[in-house]
Parts: sequence; C-alpha cells; structure tokens
Amino acid sequence: VAGHLYYDRLLVKGGRIVNDDQSFYADIYMEDGVIKQIGDNLIVPGGIKTVEANGKMVIPGGIDIHTHFQMPYRGTTTVDDFSQGSKAALAGGTTMIVDHVIPEPGSSLIEAFEQWRNWADEKTCCDYSLHVDITHWNDRVKQEVDILLKEKGVNSFQVYMAYKDFYQMSNSELYEIFTFLGEMGGIVQVHAENGEIIAEEQARMLEMGITGPEGHVLSRPEELEAEAVFRAITIASQTNCPLYVTRVMSKSAADIISQARKKGNVVFGEPITASLGTDGTHYWSKNWAKAASFVTSPPLSPDPTTPDYLNTLLASGDLNITGSAHCTFSVAQKAIGKDDFTQIPEGVNGVEERMSLIWEKAVTTGKMDENMFVAVTSTNAAKILNLYPRKGRLAVGSDADLVIWDPDTVRTVTAKTHNSAAEYNVFEGMELRGGPSVVICQGKLVLEDGGLHVTPGVGRFIPCTPFPDYAYKRVKARKQLAVLRAVPRGMYDGPVSDFSPLSRGGTPSASARTSPTKQPVRNLHHSAFSLAGPPTTEDLPIRPAGRRIVVPPGGRSNITSLS
Amino acid sequence: MSQESRGAVMSTTGEVPAFFKNMGSGSPKPRQKFCGMFCPVEGSGDSKTLDFQSLPGGSKRSDERVIDRQTDISQPRVEIRESRGKSALQNLDDRVRSDRLLIKGAKIVNDDQSFCADIYMEDGHIKQIGENLIVPGGVKTIDAHGRMLMPGGIDVHTRFQMPDRGMTSVDDFYQGTRAALAGGTTMIIDHVVPEPGASLLSAFEQWREWADSKSCCDYSLHVDITEWHKGVQEEMEALVKDHGVNSFLVYLAYKDVFQLTDSQVYEVFSVIRDLGAIAQVHAENGDIVAEEQRRILEQGISGPEGHVLSRPEEVEAEAVNRSVTVANQTNCPLYITKVMSKSAADVIAQARKKGTVVYGEPITASLGTDGSHYWSKNWAKAAAFITSPPLSPDPTTPDYLNSLLSCGDLQVTGSAHCTFNTAQRAVGKDDFTLIPEGTNGTEERMSLIWDKCVVTGKMDENQFVAVTSTNAAKIFNLYPRKGRIAVGSDADLVLWDPDVTKIISAKSHNSNQEYNIFEGLEVRGAPLVVISQGKIILEEGSLHTTEGCGRFIGRKPFSDYVYKRIKARSRLAELRGVPRGLYDGPVCEVSVTPKTMTPASSAKTSPAKQAAAGGQPVRNLHQSGFSLSGAQIDDNLPRRNTQRIVAPPGGRANITSLG
Repeated sequence: VAGHLYYDRLLVKGGRIVNDDQSFYADIYMEDGVIKQIGDNLIVPGGIKTVEANGKMVIPGGIDIHTHFQMPYRGTTTVDDFSQGSKAALAGGTTMIVDHVIPEPGSSLIEAFEQWRNWADEKTCCDYSLHVDITHWNDRVKQEVDILLKEKGVNSFQVYMAYKDFYQMSNSELYEIFTFLGEMGGIVQVHAENGEIIAEEQARMLEMGITGPEGHVLSRPEELEAEAVFRAITIASQTNCPLYVTRVMSKSAADIISQARKKGNVVFGEPITASLGTDGTHYWSKNWAKAASFVTSPPLSPDPTTPDYLNTLLASGDLNITGSAHCTFSVAQKAIGKDDFTQIPEGVNGVEERMSLIWEKAVTTGKMDENMFVAVTSTNAAKILNLYPRKGRLAVGSDADLVIWDPDTVRTVTAKTHNSAAEYNVFEGMELRGGPSVVICQGKLVLEDGGLHVTPGVGRFIPCTPFPDYAYKRVKARKQLAVLRAVPRGMYDGPVSDFSPLSRGGTPSASARTSPTKQPVRNLHHSAFSLAGPPTTEDLPIRPAGRRIVVPPGGRSNITSLS
Repeated sequence: MSQESRGAVMSTTGEVPAFFKNMGSGSPKPRQKFCGMFCPVEGSGDSKTLDFQSLPGGSKRSDERVIDRQTDISQPRVEIRESRGKSALQNLDDRVRSDRLLIKGAKIVNDDQSFCADIYMEDGHIKQIGENLIVPGGVKTIDAHGRMLMPGGIDVHTRFQMPDRGMTSVDDFYQGTRAALAGGTTMIIDHVVPEPGASLLSAFEQWREWADSKSCCDYSLHVDITEWHKGVQEEMEALVKDHGVNSFLVYLAYKDVFQLTDSQVYEVFSVIRDLGAIAQVHAENGDIVAEEQRRILEQGISGPEGHVLSRPEEVEAEAVNRSVTVANQTNCPLYITKVMSKSAADVIAQARKKGTVVYGEPITASLGTDGSHYWSKNWAKAAAFITSPPLSPDPTTPDYLNSLLSCGDLQVTGSAHCTFNTAQRAVGKDDFTLIPEGTNGTEERMSLIWDKCVVTGKMDENQFVAVTSTNAAKIFNLYPRKGRIAVGSDADLVLWDPDVTKIISAKSHNSNQEYNIFEGLEVRGAPLVVISQGKIILEEGSLHTTEGCGRFIGRKPFSDYVYKRIKARSRLAELRGVPRGLYDGPVCEVSVTPKTMTPASSAKTSPAKQAAAGGQPVRNLHQSGFSLSGAQIDDNLPRRNTQRIVAPPGGRANITSLG
C-alpha cells in the first residue's frame, strides 16, 4: 500500500473502449481527472504512468444509483459508512454512488440534505450525488424541494407508498407531489408497496404467531408491490410526470412497468443487485441471522425464477437502471426484531457485487452484450440524473472514471473477503465470472493488481440539474398537446330542481392538507381523439351567472342551443 | 317481410336493412334519429317531467305503444287461446289472470342447451316440462310456434327511486320495474344506499317498504357500505343471517362521502368473506378524481365534458387493480360493478387468468354507447350521459366489452338504471361535479345485448341467457329458482322474438326520463311475451303490470358458484412459522421511537380483527408455484462462525439454530 503513487496524468493503452452504443480499440489519456484524448498513437507528455489494458474492455465506471450508507436508524447507524461503502463500491467497479437523504418526518429537508453532505464530503472515496426522500408534505416542504432543485443540485425525490403512519403518502399527496415535480423538472422516485394492506397483513401474521423473518415476506406479497406500481403509474400518467420505481423486486411489478412502457408511460424501473441475484426462499432459513439478513422492502420474491426474469427484462430494456439499495445492518442490529419481524431493520448488501453479478447473470448467459451492460450499470443512470455525458460515457471531456473489465476472472462472494462491514452477505457462496481488474476514479488508480487504494474524503458532490432530457423531452412534448378546452354552450335556462346542499360524492373537496400545486398538466398520450374543441371558443361570451329557476310553472325544459 | 314494413314505418336512410348495419357493429357512432347536436329529442318533453300523475295508468300511453313493431300483423306469431271460447286476449279488460299457463311448442333456451318442449306453469312455478303434458282443462295456452323461450332477465344493478340530496330519481320502483318487464327483465336487484352515519338496517327496511309497495316484479337488494365501524359489521351480519342479503358494495370513489380507505376495504372484505357474501366494488380512485375535478374546474371547464375529463379510464382501471389485490389478499370473492372501459375490463380479464375469483358487470350504457356525447353542445343531452365511472370517449369500447362478455371474461350485465330528469341534472348546470349521476338502461338491456352480441355472431342464445340471467342467479345464489327453465323454478319467462326491430326513443320508452341515451339506436330482438310469477305481463305489445305484486327474494350466503373455490383455498392457506431456537446473540440498543412499520391499525376500530382471530386464517396461494416451507440448502449447516464482529459489547453474535 505504501508504494502506490497518485498520478494526475494517466494513459490507458491498448484497451477496447466500450460505451453503451459501440465498442472500439483506442488509447485513453487522462489529466486532472478528465479524459483529454482518445485515439491511436496519442501525443502525450513523457514520464506519465501507463496502464496496459492488453485488449481488455475499458468501460465507464459504474454508477450505483441507490445506496443507503451511514443511514441513521433509531439511534444506530448502518454498519457501512460513506468510507466503507464507497470503498466497497470501488472494489466492485462502481465509481459513483447516489445516496438517499431521509429526513425525519416533520424535519427540514434542507437540513437533512446538509447533514448528509457533511457526512459524505468527509468520508466518501468516490464522487457522489444525493436523492432526497419526501417523508411528509406541506407548503414548507414544497418550498424546500424547490430550493433543492434549483440551488442544491438535487433532481430526484423519493416518495413512499408504504410505511403507514410514518413515511406513507396518500394518493392526493402523491398527486400533488407528482404535479409539482413534473413542472419543476424533477424525477419522482417511488417506493412502491401498499402500506395499508401491509399493516393489516402484519397484524394478521403476528396474531397467528408468525414472528420470524418469514413473516416479513408473507406480509408483503408481491401483489402489493405490483398494485402500488400500478397506482403510481396511473398518478404519474395523470400528472404527466416522469416516474422512477426504485427496487423492482418481483416479476409482477416488473410486468406492470413493462406494460406501462408499452402504453407510452415515461417510467423507469430499477432492479437491485439482490433482486437480480438471489430470491426470497432464504426467509425460511432455520438460521435466524441468515434469514434476517435478507430482510428488505419490498422483500425478495420467494419465486426462484424471479432473478432470471428480471435479468431478461433488464436486457430487453423494459427495466433500465440498476442500483444496489445497499443498506447493511449487523446481526446485532437485525436482532432488534428477533421477536417481531416488523422490527427488523431493513436492507441488504450489494454495492460491491452489482457489476459482477449483472455480468454473470446477463452477459455471460448471452442475454445482453457489453454495450447494454454499460447502459444498465452506468449510462442510463447518468442520463436520468442529467450527468451525461460527464458520467456514464468514455469521451473526451468526460470524467476519468473508468474500469478495465476482465470478463474471465472468477471469484466467490463471501462475507469473509468482501469490503462491507456486514457479517452476512446475501450472495454468500455465489461464484461470479467477470470483475474489474483496474479501477480508475477521478483519474487516479484505485484498484490495481488486486490492491485497493482509496482516500476517504476525495469524493466530490456532483450536482444534478433538473429537466434531464432523457425523461423530459417526451414529457414536454406531451404538455404542449394537453390543453383542455370546454365545450361552448348556451346558457341553460330550463327548470332546475330544488335540492338540499348536502355534501355529495362528486364534490371536489380539497384534501385535508394544503394543496400547493395547481398548474395543469395532462398526459394525453393514449388518447385517440382530440380533446380540443373547435377553435371558435375564445370569442364567445362567458356564460352569465346562472339564474336558478326552480320548478317553473311552464314545466317544460327549454335548452338554449348555441348558434 | 320486415323490410317492406320498415320502409313504411321509418324514415331510415338507405336501402340496407337495419339489421345488416348492426352486424359487426363497426359503426363508431350510435345511429341517432332525432337527437341532433342542437335539439332535444322531438316530443320527449310530452307527458314527462313533473307530470307523474298521468303515467301510472299506463293505458293512456298504450296506444302510442313503445316499440315500433315491424312485425307482419296479418300472420300472428303467437296465439294465445282460452278454452272458454275467447280466442285472443289483446284487451286489458278481457284479460283473465290465470294461475295456470301452458306454453306449447317452444324452443326452451337455458344457458347450457336449447330444446323443444311444452311447459306448464301453476302458482308461479314451472310444474312440468316435456311433450304431451297432461294438464288440467281450461288452462290458458300460448302457442310459441317454435320461438325461443328463455328465463326472464335479471337486472343485477338498478337504482330505482334513489334519493340524492333531497331529490329522487324519476323512475320509482313501479315505473322502473315496469320498464324492466317491458324489456324482458323479470327480476331486478336494487342498491340500498344508506347515508353515511345512518343505520344499514333501517335503510334496508326503507328500501323494502318502497319496493314492496310498488315493485311489479320480484326483486332483491344489495346493500352499500358507505362507512365502516364496528356497528356496520354487526348490521352486515344481521342482514346476511336474517334479511336475505348476500352482497355488499363498497366505494373507492366519492372522496369524503362514501369512499373507504384501503385498510377499511381490507377489513370489509375480510368480514364479507367470513359471512359468505359477495364484495361489490365501485372502482374509481376517488382521491385522484377529486384532484382532477378541482383542476378541471379551475381551468373553467364546468360542463359535462369535465365529468369525463376528470375521471379518465386509467383511474377506473387503477381502482379495479387495487380491489383485485385486496380481494386476493383476503381471499374474498369480488364483483366489479359498472365496467365502463377497456382498460378496466382488461384488468379483470387478466386477474381471472391468474385465478382471482372476480366477476365483471358491464352495463347497458357501456355496452351500447360511448362517451363522445359528453362533448355534445346540447347541455341536457350531454348531462343525460353523466354516470360514474363515465362512458369511455373511446368509440371502440362497446364492441370490445361485448366481445369480452361473449368470451366469458365478463359475466354479468346490469343496467345501473338511475334516471334523473333534466331539471334535476340542471342542479349541476354551472358545475359538472353537482350533476346527479346515472343513465337509463333497464328496458333496453336485453334487446341491446341481443343486437350487439347475438345478431353479430359474438355469442349464441345460450350464452345470451347466461349473461342476462343465469350467471347473475348463480353469483347471487338464486339459482336454479331464477335463471333457469326447469321444473320447480319460478315461472319467470320470456318468449323472445329475434327478428323484431325497434328504434329506441324517449318518446316511447317506459322510463320517466326525458332523454334516452340510446335515442335513435335501432336494435333487433325483443320480447314478444313476458311472464312474471306465472302471469302474462307483456303480450301483443301491451304491458299489464300490477303495482306491488313483486316479492322480495331473499338470498342465502355461500353461493356455490362463488364459494366452492374460496373454501378450497381457505383450506390450503394455512401458514406456519419456521421453528427456530431462541436468538441468544447480542441485540443492539435502540431508541424508543416507534419504527416505521409498526402494524398500526387504522384510526377507527377494526372489527375484522376479532373475526380473523377466531376464524380460520385464509390466504390465497392460488398463484404460488412453489412450496413455502421448502428446506434450504444450508439448513443443516452449523451456524456460520462470524469472523467479523462489529464491536458488540457483549462479544460475538451467537445465533442458535435448530439442529
């Protein structure tokens, strides 16, 4: 470790550069953390460090779009902090992570954001960015979201449809949040599970005396995940807002996403390392600690064909982006829920295994090629975060985050050798083909010859800007189409029944909380007819305030028609 | 033959016989005759609105009879003889209401087969079916001449005499059942809608009173659950056990009025399953509808088009999907009322393929017309189409729903007949959200389905009987008393004429409403003779109803058609915990803040809990292809020795595993 040197200038020779669109042989020259030249026979300064790729693939460093490092949880913290977590990420070929800021319900989003910034700036070994979770909703939160979007470099916000009475949002709140973010150019991420039904099912399981980790998956059947995905898509479609479903764990949820994409919805699905690599049969393990280490929400599906299915959808493009949802607790922490599965802290590992696992499951099996591999591990994430082409692509001017990938190396995943601090690894014993042989982050060699050389605190916060083209080009076009017009009609001057003004079904009652969003947006993508009436409407006089004629002696209804 | 006479009667355009135009139902627009963009239906205001007095007699209007009959009168299709010497009974005064009736030479059509036989009825029951029956002398005989005789229709969804903010829908139980009988429907099931806060039982008694005094045909009642607490559960039990109710409707729409939360729906479904009843759902996402309504009103759209704009069909499909999910979780049979859109129907069809016990009910309106009329410049006309979920603006919807009905993905048809006249609708003339909701359809239901499905070759007459009558009787546990022609069944029969053509019009229909949403639609196929409770109600185009003769038909719980599968699944669904030793390793200290997923019960009391604890745990594992109690490959391995100990003060984690 002592012998390694950090060079600001680096040449990678003889590699096959793999982007999401094509692969080609070229040398890459980097300086000050940025790619300066790509090509053959580059003219570079003398004396620089050179890495021989020997024809191996050079790919953009992975972007893990979903991590929970150093996450506070009821007075404890996940065992992988930003230093440990980003070290594990780099060991697996991931050169950027995007963590979730989780403000306590009722507290300030911006304060929480600053807190996470402090933690990460101090410790992270690679570049990072942040999502902010919206755990409650009111006008103040709305203003903070506005500030985060415009000034703080956050463009994606997660809402929860689960965790009843805690994080869970009502349908009306979701509608308002989606409407607002749709206008401001943010990405809505959802944790999709029906929290109300889960709460009922949890109570039922505990009543039946099922207290172990199997109760976790029994109380959260995959249908509830699929239902919530369906509902989120419906609301997103109504509000013309791009939707991002975090943690796609089951076949049915993935199916709903791919169906919605076929119907034209702007929706992205994120399977995670765990759902791509293992299944939920382990919840029935007789080893409590092992079973508990798999507890995450939505749970891993007990259907053992799920990982293969999700890998296929990832390869076909129905799912787009992969994260790890890396959130690790020690066995002692998991044991908080030893007598009640609802108390087990949730989360699995996966930041280190993500790239190798997808290579093993999808590329070596022939489901996808190396270009698609780059797309799902890096490029698509960069696009949706609006960081492309700075991240996610090997091009002149891009950040010098790259990985020399060895498709033939084989290693066995085990908690004994992994870089996470967790005692269990959900992929324990799995043999993975393909792994990084060299990792370069910010133009510096981080992994070389099996040695990992990281520096906590060098990671920079990368701000994300709103309106990523990848999602918003379509949304903007639809917005222009979606103008509604009323039908011009004459005044109704017939009889009007007497009625008691009791509240009734259709009354547009506002939700209990304030509803800050008002601006109209509407997705007419599927609509086969034009809602816009004849363009003659503007000149017509507005209907005068209606005089109510209750039961006129004339008796006969007389409908005035226009013209 | 009908071609020439039609030429005389109607001013239809073109040479093509009308029934050819029906074929394939390719025409996206309903065939409108009188109701143009700018005018109300010609003559529809006559003797309508506020002029209820003149109607009940019926004789006043019987001369300008309903259906423009196209039959060749010189050749009677049906002969009704009386041995006492009267040869025909076309006159109300001469009619003898015999309790004994013989129908000769009919082709009896049930949902499973058709066969030719005579049928003898006495005291409102079918006594004999066969050839050369031995019957008492002097019975009235109808000679069917080989025409189809089918079980009378069952309209599973009506809202007659429905109160809405001090108003009442214009068709009361008399007028409504009269319209039903005129269309070949001999039984209706109405919805009891208790005001939130009111007692279910007293609302039920109120509806019984109304219906008993006025209904002209047998009826039964669904009860709507408009709020949820412990008392409601007890009343539901009483209704099922003592009052013959086996179906309850919950609303996912009408926020802050009828709408229930997902947790409440879960609890209601659990109770319904334990009682052996059917869970009906009005499926629309009320939260989103409320938001959209506000948005549409803000944009200055206040006319009826705002109704459909604020209730897009996705919102219906979403709610259907959610209720299917809850029904699967609770192992409760589900019944979706008013399937109005392709997407909602698709969700039901998919759920059935996955094994969910779910039934879908398209209504006359969704099978016969579409939502393009909401954009009509005639306000009264546009308002007449207001119902929830709304008619889909997609003009291919009716054809699609008829296809699903034919292939069995949708099973039952109702009318959701709930009519308000224009003055009542005008309550919402400046705000579409105030327009009272509901469309007509009880009279048109049977003919419309015949025209759209049987004439076009989508279904045969047996399937027609299934979707108009038998399936409803099976689901609601009335089978085989209703919904089948068999010895012992009720004598509710329809002699069906597949060739008669009529044009639906508000001028001639039996409803009190001034508008008919099917105005000008030409349909082929209509009842020739209707027999209810063994008595002839419709013959030779005249309707002879008796106010108040309809009986309440109680329905028992645990309908076989529905519950056989549910019961089998409950038996399978026992869950077991994994036997493990005690965890004796270190446990992290935590702050007392309640954790995210405490199994918090809903704010109100949850009565389902007691029931669930006492009863058998049920769970639908229908789709599950694997065993939940499978052994793991490493079960027998000793616990793993943890190398990595993250500073637990108590030392190493020591997980006891079972040997």
